[in-house]
Amino acid sequence: MMTDASSTIFQDKIDQDIRIEPKDWMPDAYRKTLIRQISQHAHSEIVGMLPEANWITRAPSLRRKATLIAKVQDEAGHGLYLYSAAETLGISREEMIDQLHSGKAKYSSIFNYPTLTWADMGAIGWLVDGAAIMNQVPLCRASYGPYARAMVRICKEESFHQRQGFEILLTLSRGSEAQRRMCQDAIDRWWWPSVMMFGPNDDASPHTAQSMQWKIKRFTNDELRQRFVDICAEQVKLLGMTIPDDQLRWNEERQHYDFGPIDWEEFRNVINGNGPCNKERLAARVQAHEDGAWVREAALAHAEKKIQYGKTA
Amino acid sequence: MTVQHTIDYTLHLADNALVLGHRNSEWTGHGPILEQDIALSNIALDLIGQARYLYQYAARLMTMQGGPEVTEDVLAYLRDSWDYRNCLLVEQANGDWGKTVLRQFFFSAYQYFFYRELQHSRDAELSAIAEKALKEVTYHLRWSSEWVIRLGDGTEESHARMEKALDQLWMYTGELFQPAGFEQALAPGGIAVDLGEIKPLWELRVGEVLKEATLTTPGSMMQQGGKQGKHTEHLGYLLAEMQFLQRAYPGNEW
Repeated sequence: MMTDASSTIFQDKIDQDIRIEPKDWMPDAYRKTLIRQISQHAHSEIVGMLPEANWITRAPSLRRKATLIAKVQDEAGHGLYLYSAAETLGISREEMIDQLHSGKAKYSSIFNYPTLTWADMGAIGWLVDGAAIMNQVPLCRASYGPYARAMVRICKEESFHQRQGFEILLTLSRGSEAQRRMCQDAIDRWWWPSVMMFGPNDDASPHTAQSMQWKIKRFTNDELRQRFVDICAEQVKLLGMTIPDDQLRWNEERQHYDFGPIDWEEFRNVINGNGPCNKERLAARVQAHEDGAWVREAALAHAEKKIQYGKTA
Repeated sequence: MTVQHTIDYTLHLADNALVLGHRNSEWTGHGPILEQDIALSNIALDLIGQARYLYQYAARLMTMQGGPEVTEDVLAYLRDSWDYRNCLLVEQANGDWGKTVLRQFFFSAYQYFFYRELQHSRDAELSAIAEKALKEVTYHLRWSSEWVIRLGDGTEESHARMEKALDQLWMYTGELFQPAGFEQALAPGGIAVDLGEIKPLWELRVGEVLKEATLTTPGSMMQQGGKQGKHTEHLGYLLAEMQFLQRAYPGNEW
């Protein structure tokens, strides 16, 4: 059977770490999984622009303002690479955006939390981008070529963002009483949502086993989460701040930090649309799209006219 | 001609760039097309970059004059609207995408001819800033011209929106070429650009683009006052938002 032979070739490539490319045969489920994951990631970049864009006009110095615009612009760029990578799997950007706007496609729940102070720009860089990098670095070796290559570029920029975020917090931590308060408050609000970014525990993660077999995923949610906690628990000392978890302590035997239980009910609530900003974030995206409809139509109409002018000229 | 005139002139140019850069950055994350969101954010970044060079230069001149230590952020964040010297055009609210690109077009066309002349300024610092900025502005002018044409000669709706934007913005274009006191004082020394010289170039370019966009200019009376610190109501809100942290937590490092 043709499919059996194709399927064997496919799995052989995966086993030998040979990249799957757009024109190669691949199982439907592999294609679907990638479309779901890559488009979800692209949407996260685009929706993720909003909480940070919220502080562009209030950034406290010209240098911070320029850096923040550049960062949010990088996220738009990441969205573009990822939409393009997903398009190689046979779905259009329009379809993906429709799925986002209709609520059919998800994006990272972390962006459904509000940015309340300037320190949130630091905490997002340090914790949210930090967690994202932890998830994304292994994706640079994902079995699907266009996705892996997009991730290489994205990871370079993300690690730059993370350092910038930490530096914002470091400056605040060495500043006035009010600035230190801002810094701790932001860590308190962003810590647990960041820990949740790694997804459900391994025993409750429906896609992990298959994704690992296809080498889309290289480590489990809990492995990555542990690595994140271990790193942050050390870095927070440089800030002279605390992580809001009274069960966080070094475990000599495990050679890892133990940490407290995650509030999975909050996680499910935010995923199901009941987070503090779910409705606003989606509404802002839909609004930008609808307000832009006349612009896109005009651009198209003008392009067509130009072809007509060309014919009559 | 005094150093104070050069300071005022430099601040005027810096304020123009910062205020328009700030306005453009209000679009970041909300653009009509992802690629254009990136393009406009890029223009915002270029303008804020120009503003920083200019404020840094003004700050050095002010410090050299023996005043208290001044930084780019003191100049951007701790002056109120009556000290801002930007033209009224750049502080106008974004409106829709059409109004934003038309505002950009008017300003980029001005900046293009302006920096082209300022490159030959006898002030070496201003000349160097102009040379660097001209490369950026050449792109801004091309990008905004293309959008004005596309929307003016697009659909019935886009044409109507552009006519409306033109009606709202045209009255602020005259000020670009009305020299303020500090410009008149600097003119004989070969430091400042002769606005009378670049005005016909601007008119010609704007006329060509608007014609291709099938748009006609209204004959409205020109408004002015920005260069003298008399602004429209919009600037106060822009500064209140931009300066919030520096005002609420004075004297901190960020």
